[in-house]
Amino acid sequence: MPSQRDDAAAQGPKIKIRARDVNVFYGEKQALFDVSLDVPERSVTALIGPSGCGKSTFLRCINRMNDTIPGAVVKGRIEIDGEDVNDKALDPVVLRARVGMVFQKPNPFPKTIFENVAYGPRIHGIASSKKDLAEIVERSLKRAGLWAEVADRLHQPGTGLSGGQQQRLVIARAIAVSPEVILMDEPCSALDPIATARIEELIDELRHQYSIVIVTHSMAQAARVSQKTAFFHMGKLVEAGATDEIFTNPKDSRTQDYITGRFG
Amino acid sequence: MFTWVALAALILFSGLSYFAGRRRAAGLQGAPVSLHSLPGYHGAYVALWAGVPAALLVLLSAGFGGPLGEVLVRAAPPAAISSMDAFQSDVFFDDALAMSRGQQASETVYEGPQKAALDAAITKSRLISDLITYGTLAAAVVLALSGAVLAYPRLARDFRARNRVEGWIYAVFLACSVTAVLTTVGIVASLVWESLRFFHAVPIQSFLLGTEWDPQIAMRTDQYASAGAFGAVPLFAGTFLIMLIAMAVAAPIGLFSAIYLSEYASALSRSIIKPLLEILAGVPTVVYGFFAALTVGPLFRAGFNALGAQLVGGEFDALGQYLMQVQNQMALVAGAVMGIMLIPFVSSLSDDIINAVPQSLRDGSLAMGATRSETVKKVVLPAALPGIMAAMLLAVSRAVGETMIVTMAAGLQAKTTFNPLDTVTTVTVQIVTLLTGDQEFDSPKTLSAFGLGLTLFVVTLGLNIIALRIVQKYREQYD
Amino acid sequence: MTDATQNSARALDLRTRVEARLKARNASERRFRLYGRVAIIVALSFLAVLVGRIAVQGWTTFIDTQVTVQVYLKPERIDAADPSLANYDLLVAESVLASVGEQDDDYGEASGKVMDIMSNDLGFQLLRQVKADPSLIGKTVTVTGPLKADAALYFKGAISRSTDEADRKLNDRQLNWLDKLDKAGAVKRGFNWQFFTRSDSTEPEQAGVLGAVVGSAMMLLITAMLAIPIGVLAATYLEEFAPKNAWTDMIEVNINNLAAVPSIVYGLLGLAVFINGLGVPRSSPLVGGLVLALMALPTVIIATRSALKAVPPSIREAALGVGASRTQTVFHHVLPLAMPGVMTGAILSLAHALGETAPLLMIGMVSFVPGVPDGFTGAATVLPVQVFIWENASERAFHERTAGAILVLLAFMVIMNLAAIIVRRRFERRW
Repeated sequence: MPSQRDDAAAQGPKIKIRARDVNVFYGEKQALFDVSLDVPERSVTALIGPSGCGKSTFLRCINRMNDTIPGAVVKGRIEIDGEDVNDKALDPVVLRARVGMVFQKPNPFPKTIFENVAYGPRIHGIASSKKDLAEIVERSLKRAGLWAEVADRLHQPGTGLSGGQQQRLVIARAIAVSPEVILMDEPCSALDPIATARIEELIDELRHQYSIVIVTHSMAQAARVSQKTAFFHMGKLVEAGATDEIFTNPKDSRTQDYITGRFG
Repeated sequence: MFTWVALAALILFSGLSYFAGRRRAAGLQGAPVSLHSLPGYHGAYVALWAGVPAALLVLLSAGFGGPLGEVLVRAAPPAAISSMDAFQSDVFFDDALAMSRGQQASETVYEGPQKAALDAAITKSRLISDLITYGTLAAAVVLALSGAVLAYPRLARDFRARNRVEGWIYAVFLACSVTAVLTTVGIVASLVWESLRFFHAVPIQSFLLGTEWDPQIAMRTDQYASAGAFGAVPLFAGTFLIMLIAMAVAAPIGLFSAIYLSEYASALSRSIIKPLLEILAGVPTVVYGFFAALTVGPLFRAGFNALGAQLVGGEFDALGQYLMQVQNQMALVAGAVMGIMLIPFVSSLSDDIINAVPQSLRDGSLAMGATRSETVKKVVLPAALPGIMAAMLLAVSRAVGETMIVTMAAGLQAKTTFNPLDTVTTVTVQIVTLLTGDQEFDSPKTLSAFGLGLTLFVVTLGLNIIALRIVQKYREQYD
Repeated sequence: MTDATQNSARALDLRTRVEARLKARNASERRFRLYGRVAIIVALSFLAVLVGRIAVQGWTTFIDTQVTVQVYLKPERIDAADPSLANYDLLVAESVLASVGEQDDDYGEASGKVMDIMSNDLGFQLLRQVKADPSLIGKTVTVTGPLKADAALYFKGAISRSTDEADRKLNDRQLNWLDKLDKAGAVKRGFNWQFFTRSDSTEPEQAGVLGAVVGSAMMLLITAMLAIPIGVLAATYLEEFAPKNAWTDMIEVNINNLAAVPSIVYGLLGLAVFINGLGVPRSSPLVGGLVLALMALPTVIIATRSALKAVPPSIREAALGVGASRTQTVFHHVLPLAMPGVMTGAILSLAHALGETAPLLMIGMVSFVPGVPDGFTGAATVLPVQVFIWENASERAFHERTAGAILVLLAFMVIMNLAAIIVRRRFERRW
């Protein structure tokens, strides 16, 4: 495989996800106001902001997880590679196969480790044989940095792992389908610092292959793992730009206040 | 009558003691040291001691005084009736007791020394009953007075009346929660006791393993009874068959209803459908029985008879002949209607279980691109499986113990068969049949009902304990 | 191959693979959803059929057909010294025959056929009137009373002339009489108040539910007076006071299991302990109430406990914080707040007890009780058992009454459930 740097230099940052004027309503309440944001391909975009600012809501728009909430209405346009995700003709099943998601609390299925990872390939019919499936599972677990820890107990319940291991298992489960985008909703908030460090390392490795959008509460984490940062406040996108830029020289005073810890 | 008057008097006295105690305590009130407890507690303390022990005594005497007097009268048979056999002397004492209470005696004529003995027994019985009544009265007065007199002087500024009264309240609490345990003890004791008497006449192995059930004939001689007319296997088979049919109806419909309600239905349709299903659960079983006996039974019979008429003379002539003879009281009818009864039971239990599966698992699966049904089939149901199994076990336990539907719609013929179009009988039907009508308590026929009851209790209890264990384990998994 | 092309090739591959299976997967999704819909529809249509069928069978119970007859009290047939010896049914029959322009034959066949369509209630009324006022003998008296049940069924359309004469209870001659009486205006239809003012009877047209309703009420009163206080106190003890130890664990397991014991076992308990052990009178509201109280106890306890659990701990802490004792905290704050939940649970378990039948069969409640029970220790019957007794009767007219009694029973259930819903709606507090 040729080096990533050459490739990136050759093409420049391509836009993977393009969101325009996204408004979200939960019943009477409006949760997002006219959000427009570009997510570059094969890099990490961090969404930051105080609790209830709408960053998770925006994240759930990308793979239409808001469809599962009764009364949620999404307006505006979100494109992945130029294709509208809210297109009626697009089955959310296909969309979600392309856009993986990792949740705040690790949510492995109460099945074996192997079955957890094999679940996606199975339902989508990706593996052509048993051997193929086993290879996908092994590759995904290796990529998630979990293989060494679980290779000898693949057929034990995934719920028996530690919190950090569970979260890496869930990431392995997501990448087993070979998605193009991975959404992460505060993936480290339920983990201890050591487990958090491992996940952050993993995210850094994964960004060479996937476009990652991560919601985080931790300013430090956003600064460590992301290349682009978007700051949300009260349902509005206040400011977005290169991470270095946002953290060193924010344009908006609210961003300034937030990253220096004056509210949130 | 005596009991009510005595209790009313006690309540009055106890009320007076309350006011006396409260007044005294209020009089003690004063600076600089105030009372430890409110005056009301002091009053209550005196009132409790004045009223409760005496009231308990009066109630005990009302409940057990009569039987005690009876035992005392029967204890010493006079010489004049020594010639009587056991039955006659029983009648003699029954008559004496009845006449002493001014009730109707039997028509036995007593003469000579027996007449004299009867009169003596009547006098004795009256004397004993008076003794018990007035003895109770005297003892109650002493108890009430001494309770009040002993409690009253204890009232003092630093007397912890509230704690004492709360002690009484705790005792009442404890007594109430023990009632539940006593109920179990009562069930087990009565079932086991009467069953032991039954197993004395009919060996337990011929009851549990015997294949012939015919309690009517067995009444003639105990020998025949031991020979196997109390073999309960046909009843177990009938119960099992009807339970299977009921579960075949209730399990799929109930489970799919629950899945639809919890995974697909909108909040609005859920709020309409759930109460409607609850109505189905609230319909008394006797109504289901009526429906089964007078609507479903004749309907099924007509259907099968018509089908039989079609088949007769054709390739399946024998089957046609059989179908034409099918009766109203087939296992299928009772089982199907029981299944309808169980639908809301299965669906509401499964609904709870399915809702207990954390949303994060569904999100996890949906976010992978699984469809809803794939999420339900591959993630939610496997996760909920133990709970659903437990729900099914509880439904089975219900089906086994259900009485009215089978009493009204299943038959009385004890047959070991797995043909749903045949007439079968169940454990509960037999208990009802054996115990309505004659009530001779020492015949094996009546006692066998308790043997059946014990079996039923053990089976349903076992199912229930297993189910509750599973549910508990299941809950812990997601807590 | 460059990474970019590899990536897009991979993406394309994934899409084609997923889309290839999509049709089949969506079809299976629709099938699965359909199963759920069908299950719900089947369950609800069972409900509709059950209630609808019983309503169709039973509504005619509430229509009464009364017939008015003018009877000449022949002095030669009635002995003034002892009027109860006379055959008043025959007098009624003869008057009816006269009014349709016929005469009794020598064998009394015609009058016998008339007695098959006229309730003997008319005869009883005559006897009562003559007893009260012997001077009526020799005069003509007007009496109004029910038709016999089969004749009433003819007017309600349940017996029709198109049925072969041999297959129906009434022959053409009797139907002609009924038509003539109806034409003459002697037959009046109205609401059947008598169904609510009479008790069980061997004659369907005279049978009503009053005795059963009163019996049910008396029995429920006993059940409520025992099960609710004992259940609430036991639950309060377990939830608020009891230490967590093996003893309370045992009580808890016990209660959960008691709730699942088949009701018929409670009947056996009642028979062995209350009737044979303690000598409580059989068939009485007292023994029925005792048995149902034991049965309702676990339900009341479980409902009360969940109501108590719903009261947030902050309330308890606040009360204890201002120096209330634990008893005061519970009685002043926690229990009053939990009351709506407790009452809802109590009403629902009483509704359940109202519909219970099986244990009552064990304690002798199946006897024929032709009146309102005389006290808590007298013989009584209750609504669901009345349903069972009537269902067993062979006359077709009793089946109509059975469905009618079920409708009355269901009406009481609906009222109790509505009461529970109202209590919950009005007083429920969300924390």
